[in-house]
Amino acid sequence: MSGTTRALSLAPLAGRPRLVLAAIWVVLITAPFWMPFVGGYTALGSRILVIGLAAMALNFLVGFTGVVSFGHAAYFGLGVYGAGMILRYVAPSTPLAVIAGIVLGGVVGSAVGALICRRRGIYFALVTIAFEEVFYYIAYKWDSVTGGFDGLRGFQRQPIDLGAFTLNIQKGDLAFYYFVLVVFAIVVGVMGFILRSPFGRTLLAIRENERRARFLGIPVDRHIWLAFTISSFCIAAAGALYALLNNFADPSSLYTDLSGELVIMCVLGGMRSFWGPLLGAAVFEVLQDYISGITINWLFFIGLIFVLVVMFFPRGLLGVLRRRSAA
Amino acid sequence: MLQLVLFNLFNGLIIGAFYVLTALGLSMILNLSNVINFAHGNFLALGGYFAYVLIPFIGFWPSLVISPLLVAVLGYIVERTMIRRIYGRDPIYSLLLTFGLAFMIQDGCRYIWGVNGLPLTTPASISQPLSQEFFFLTGYRVFVVGIVIVAVAGLFAFLRYSRMGMRIRAGVLDLETVSALGINVRLLRSLNFAFGIFLAGLAGVLAGGQIGLNPNMGDDLLLPSFVAIIVGGMGSLVGTLLGGLLIGVAAAITTIFYASASQAVIYVIMAIVLLVRPRGLLGEEGMQ
Amino acid sequence: MVQGKPSGRLGRRGVLKAGAALGAIGAVQVTSPFIVKALGDQPFKIGFIDPLTGSLSLLAVSEVQGAHYAVDEINAKGGIAGRQVQLFVEDSANDVGTGVEKIRELIDKDHVDVTMGDVNSGIAYAISQVATEKGVLHIVPGGHTDPITGKDCAWNVFRICNTTSMDANAISSILIKKFGKRWYFITPDYAYGHTLQAAFVRNLEKAGGTYEAELLPIANSDFSASLIKARAYKPDVLLNNMGGLAQIDCMKQFVQFGMAKEMALGGALFECEEVVAVPAAAQAGWWDMEWWWDQPGVPYVKEFATGIVDRFKKPCSARHWFGYVSIYSVKLAVEKAKSTKAIDLARALEGMELPPEVALQPGKVYYRAGDHELMPNIFAGEVHTPPANDPYNFFNVAALVPGDQAQPLAETGCHMTYPT
Repeated sequence: MSGTTRALSLAPLAGRPRLVLAAIWVVLITAPFWMPFVGGYTALGSRILVIGLAAMALNFLVGFTGVVSFGHAAYFGLGVYGAGMILRYVAPSTPLAVIAGIVLGGVVGSAVGALICRRRGIYFALVTIAFEEVFYYIAYKWDSVTGGFDGLRGFQRQPIDLGAFTLNIQKGDLAFYYFVLVVFAIVVGVMGFILRSPFGRTLLAIRENERRARFLGIPVDRHIWLAFTISSFCIAAAGALYALLNNFADPSSLYTDLSGELVIMCVLGGMRSFWGPLLGAAVFEVLQDYISGITINWLFFIGLIFVLVVMFFPRGLLGVLRRRSAA
Repeated sequence: MLQLVLFNLFNGLIIGAFYVLTALGLSMILNLSNVINFAHGNFLALGGYFAYVLIPFIGFWPSLVISPLLVAVLGYIVERTMIRRIYGRDPIYSLLLTFGLAFMIQDGCRYIWGVNGLPLTTPASISQPLSQEFFFLTGYRVFVVGIVIVAVAGLFAFLRYSRMGMRIRAGVLDLETVSALGINVRLLRSLNFAFGIFLAGLAGVLAGGQIGLNPNMGDDLLLPSFVAIIVGGMGSLVGTLLGGLLIGVAAAITTIFYASASQAVIYVIMAIVLLVRPRGLLGEEGMQ
Repeated sequence: MVQGKPSGRLGRRGVLKAGAALGAIGAVQVTSPFIVKALGDQPFKIGFIDPLTGSLSLLAVSEVQGAHYAVDEINAKGGIAGRQVQLFVEDSANDVGTGVEKIRELIDKDHVDVTMGDVNSGIAYAISQVATEKGVLHIVPGGHTDPITGKDCAWNVFRICNTTSMDANAISSILIKKFGKRWYFITPDYAYGHTLQAAFVRNLEKAGGTYEAELLPIANSDFSASLIKARAYKPDVLLNNMGGLAQIDCMKQFVQFGMAKEMALGGALFECEEVVAVPAAAQAGWWDMEWWWDQPGVPYVKEFATGIVDRFKKPCSARHWFGYVSIYSVKLAVEKAKSTKAIDLARALEGMELPPEVALQPGKVYYRAGDHELMPNIFAGEVHTPPANDPYNFFNVAALVPGDQAQPLAETGCHMTYPT
C-alpha cells in the first residue's frame, strides 16, 4: 500500500490481519506471567494498562479527530476523585465507584466540550488548559471534601461480589490486574466500535480536512463536541481505575503535567493508530524507569526523543513498524 | 484602604509589564510564523541563567543586553534546524515540537544549574526602596518598568520605521505576496523568531533579578502570556500590550480581596473571553 | 509546561552500585555469636522511598544520606540480628502514583522487611496505606502532616518527625514572651498551611493575642501585596508559614522592604538545607529545628555530626537524623522483639526509649504508644548569618521543648486498632 492510501485509511485496523489483534490480546492476558521475566511485576502491568487507556482515550480526540486537548487530565482526575469519594463517603462498592467516576468525568467533559467546541487550534488548546487549572484549583482548595493538596485517602478498593464467587481485588494484585483488563477491554471495545462506525469515519474526515467536511454538510462543531464527550467518558474510566490502583486521589492527577505526558505517549506510540498510545504508554513508563537508572535527567531524553519523533517520525513508533513491514 | 488599592494597582502594572514583555515575543512569533511556542517560558529562564553565568565576569548592565542576545542566537539555531522543517505541516506539529523542546530546555537547566533556586545579584544601586512612604517601590521594580517601556517602544519603532520591521508587518498580513516580491522569507522568519526570543530572554533577566532563578520560572509567565494574547486579540501587538497589563492588574486587584485565587483568576478571565468574545479586545474576526 | 515535575530517580541499579561501594567501606565484620544463624546469610532488607527529584529533593537526599550512614555503622558491627542490612532506595519523584508503584515493587518484588518514607505528606499517606494492606512495618521519617499519627494512625505506622502542631506549639511561647501577642500570618492555602496556622492560633488565643492572616497560593512568588497589608497591621511578629521557594522569596522580600526593623520574623520550620541556600540577609528569624547538631556537652552528638559533615560535605541537619533514627529504630525493635514480624516490631517500638547514641539529645526520647509518634525535643531558637569560619553555625538554641509537652495524646485524635 502506498503511504498516502495508508494515511487516509479510514478503519483503524484495515489491512491488519486479525492475527495481530489476537496477538495483542494474548500478550495482555498473559502479562502477569511473562512480566517477571523481563523485570516487571503485576502491579506495573495494571498501571500501564490504566495509563495506556487514558492515552488511548485522549487519542480519540487528538489522533482521530485532529483536535489537541492539553487539559484532558482534568477529566481523568475527576474520574479519580469520583471513584474515591464514593468509596470514602458513600458506599464500599467498587462497581459503583467506577460508574461514579466515569459519570463525573464524562458529564463535566461533556459540559466543557459544549462550551468550547467552536474554537480551534491554540484557542482550543488553551481553553482546555484553563478549565483544567480551574478544576485543579477546586481540588486543592476544597479540602474538606477532596482532601486538598494532601489528597483523598482512607478508602480502599472493595472486593466485588459476583454472586457465585467474590473477586477479591483488595488483596491480590493478580485479581486486580484482570479486573482492570476487563474494564480496559470494555472501554477499548466501545471506542473501537465507535471509530469503525459511520460516525467514526466522519471524525476522520474532519481530521483530514475540516473545511471540506463542512462543505459536505457535516455539522463539524457538534461532531467535535461528541468526540470530546466520548473521550472524556473513556478517560474518566481510566481515572476511576487509577483511584482503585492507588487507593488514593490527589490533585496531581488533574494537573497539566499529566496531560502533557499523555500527549507525549500518543505521539510516541503513533497518533494515527488505535493501539499506538498503549504502546506509547508502555514505552514511556519503561523508558522512564530505564533512563532514570542511568541519568537523573531522563526528562531531557524523553523530550529529545519526542522532538525527533515529531520531526522525523510523525507516525510514531507504530508508524515506523508499519512502514518497515510494508517495505 | 486607598493606599492598598493604589499599591496593588501599581503592583499589577509591574506584573503586567512582565506579562507584556513575554507576550509580545510570543505574539511576534505567532503572528508571522504561526508557531505556538510552548518553549517560550524556557527561553525566558535561559535568559536569566545566562545572565547568572555572565554577571560575575562582565557585570549586570552588559549582561542585561548580552544574555538575551545569546538566547536569541540559540533561538535562531533552533528555528533553522528544527522548526523550519515543520512549517508546511498541520499546526498541531509546531505545538508538539515546541512542547517537546520545553521539556528539553527545562531539564537542561535543571541539569546544569540544579533544581533549586539561584539568586541573581542586581546592582545595589537600584535595589533600595525609593522612599519610606512608598517602601514597596524598590528601585528595581521601577527599573523593570522602565526597561519594559524602553523595549516596547523600541519594538514598535522597529516595526514601524525599519525596513525589516516593515517586512515583518507585511509578512503577517500576507506572507505569500512578500515572498513573491523577492524577499527572503525564510530569513525573515528566522530573524523574527530570534527577535521574539530576545524579548523572552530580556524578561528572564529582569524576572531573575526580582524573584530569583529556578527551572520552572518560565511556566508562571507562559500561560498568562498566552492569556494576554487572547484577551488582547491575536494578530494585534497593541492588543497584547493591553491584554498583559489588564490581566496583571486583575491578578493584583484579586489579591486584595481573595488572595489565594490570584493565580486562578487569570484562567477565569481567559475562559470568559474565549466564550464571550473570542477575538479579544483588538483582534480580528474569524481568526479562531 | 512542566511545573514542578521531577526529573529522574535512582533505580535499583544505582542503589546496588552504591550499596556495593558502601559495603566495601564498612567491611569489618564482627560476627554476632548468639543470634539465629539460619537467617545469617539472608540480608535484612529495608525499602526507603523519598522524593529524590522534585522540589523536596534537598530534604530527601539528606534523609537518605542519614539512612546510609546508619546502615554502614550497623553493618560494620554485625548487622541486624546477625543479618547484613540491604537498603533499597527508590525515588517517588514527588508523585503519589509513582510512590505507590515503588512501594508495591519493594514489597512484592524485592520482598523488603520494612518500608520507610516519604517527605511528601500525601505520598507518605498513600504508601503507608499500602504497607498496612500488606502488613509491613512502615516508618515515616519526615512527612509532617498531623493525621498520619492522628486520626488516620495505623498499627504498623510510626513517625520520627513532629506533627505541625508540635512544631507550632514549641515556638509559640518564645514568640509570645519575646515579642508580643499581635501576629500576622502568611500561610499557604492548603491542608498543611491551615493546620499549622490553626495550631499557632490556638496558642495565641490561649495567651489572649490577636492576629490577621493572608492565605496565598502554595507557589506564590510575589509577596509585596501581603507584606504591605502586614505592615499596615503593625504586628509584633510576622509568621512565615510558606514552604520551599515561596518561604525564601517571602523572607527575601521582607528584608528588601526594610520590614525587619519594624517587626520580628518567625514560623515553624526553616530547615538547614534551605538556610544555607538563601542569601545572607534572609538568614534570620525565630524557628524550630527538629534536631540541631551543635549540642555541647551531649555525648555522641559531635561524632555523628562530624561524621556526616565529613562524608557528605553539607551541614548535619534534622533530616540526616531522621534517616539515621529510622534505621536504628528497626534494629532496636528487632533486637527487642526477637522477631521480624511486623506486629511484633510494632509492639516492641511502642514506648521504646532510644538510647543516647541514637537519640543524640538530652532527655527521654521515646515512641509514644498511643499514636506511634516519636517524642524528641524541639529546638526552638534564632537563625542568624553564620560567622565566616564556621559556616554551619547559623542557629542559636533558645529553648528545648520536650515533644510530649508540645502535644498531649488526647489532642491528636488517634484511635489505634490492631489486627486480630
